[in-house]
Amino acid sequence: MIELQAVAKVYGPPQAPVHALRPTDLSIAGGQVLGLLGFSGAGKSTLLRLVNLLEKPSAGRVILDGQDLTALSAADLRQARQQVGMIFQQFNLLSHRNALDNVAFALEVAGLSASVRRERSREALAAVGLSDKESAFPAQLSGGQKQRVAIARALAMRPKILLSDEATSALDPHTALSILRLLKQLNRERGMTMVVVTHDIKVASYLCGQSVVLEKGQVVDRIDMQAPQPVSRLGKFFFETAKGWTDETLLPQEDA
Amino acid sequence: MNDLLRAWVEFGPDLWKATSDTFLMVGVTLISAVLVGTPLGVLLFVTSAQGLYPRPVLNRVAAYLVNVLRSFPFIILLVLLIPFSRVVVGTSIGPKAAAVALSFAVIPYFARLVEQNLRDVPRGMIEMARACGATPLQTIVKVLIPEALPALVGSLTVTATGFIAYSAVAGAVGAGGLGDLAIRYGYYRFETSVMIWCVIIMFVLVQCTQWLGDWLARCVDRR
Repeated sequence: MIELQAVAKVYGPPQAPVHALRPTDLSIAGGQVLGLLGFSGAGKSTLLRLVNLLEKPSAGRVILDGQDLTALSAADLRQARQQVGMIFQQFNLLSHRNALDNVAFALEVAGLSASVRRERSREALAAVGLSDKESAFPAQLSGGQKQRVAIARALAMRPKILLSDEATSALDPHTALSILRLLKQLNRERGMTMVVVTHDIKVASYLCGQSVVLEKGQVVDRIDMQAPQPVSRLGKFFFETAKGWTDETLLPQEDA
Repeated sequence: MNDLLRAWVEFGPDLWKATSDTFLMVGVTLISAVLVGTPLGVLLFVTSAQGLYPRPVLNRVAAYLVNVLRSFPFIILLVLLIPFSRVVVGTSIGPKAAAVALSFAVIPYFARLVEQNLRDVPRGMIEMARACGATPLQTIVKVLIPEALPALVGSLTVTATGFIAYSAVAGAVGAGGLGDLAIRYGYYRFETSVMIWCVIIMFVLVQCTQWLGDWLARCVDRR
């Protein structure tokens, strides 16, 4: 479903390059949920944004469902992006639109008719359990409700792939879990393939079949979350933190 | 007090004419700000290096143009534009000619305010629009401008109140308007009461503009 071939991302001038992501191969089968674990600045958000080409790779190819995104024209790429849902830590709801119209945004961009937009937006809001909040503006919604609206917006185009960038990091644990449960349900019922960026091992353990651990722009570990056997120092560290924090959990200063 | 009443009776028609001239000048100025300043501000924002549609050369040209226009003292701009005004509005004096110069002053000013307002829209909104497959134009029309609207209304209010006072300078080309009347009668001819009336009317105009602007901004703000 998702095939990343030797993708890399380098910023800055050639004399002083910053390697946000070293050449990476990654393949995600349909219906899988893959976690991207790592500290801030490890390159996990960059890797996520390469999937729908919000970031242009400096090298390598991105193939979704057999289609090479890196070879597409700007217009075709926009069309391809409409088939990939994305949700964010800060929800990114339009403050001037109510919940229904926020959900309809993606459909509007795709040029669908008003009646189709209404029907599909209502359906998507119902799928996230917010049918009664159609006309509420984002300012009138709680954090969890906002993220549900954002998920509905991603669902409205009926994508096969959902990208999640720290979607639960701004929420309290209970709300976060309710969102994760919704995502799990979407994966099960619709077979949606998901890529989930998180720095929280609990999120990865609950939601993901597999996780890759990123450190300084490099994949250092690939872990089966059902029977985790981390081999890297950082992979082990993440599982240590799940047991609770002590002074000994901390990595040496230069690593953190 | 008697003097004020006498001035009101004696100069009433002049005050009325001056007020309508001020309205004409400020009205044209604001229309120019919205119709030309807004697109220019959008252009400055969108074509910048981190913008939606980076076009470094176009961006630099637009930025230079704006900065050059912004550097002119208004009185110089007024004089320089005399030939231009003659072509555009058929006269180089009076409120219409002044409106031309005021428009030249307001366009780059408002464009910079618009640019700043657009910059204040959270970057995540732009990213969301891109992720949904929106074109740059869709992003501008459906995301950037609506999200910045409360701030844009605020900028227009600041511009309006500022240019009510600014239009007084245009008296130098016999522009008319309240500021002009205040200087010619109130200052040069020692009719202090006329000056006081002019200032009172301008105060009322500024105050009402501010109220109207604040009210409009509240109406469009859903945050």
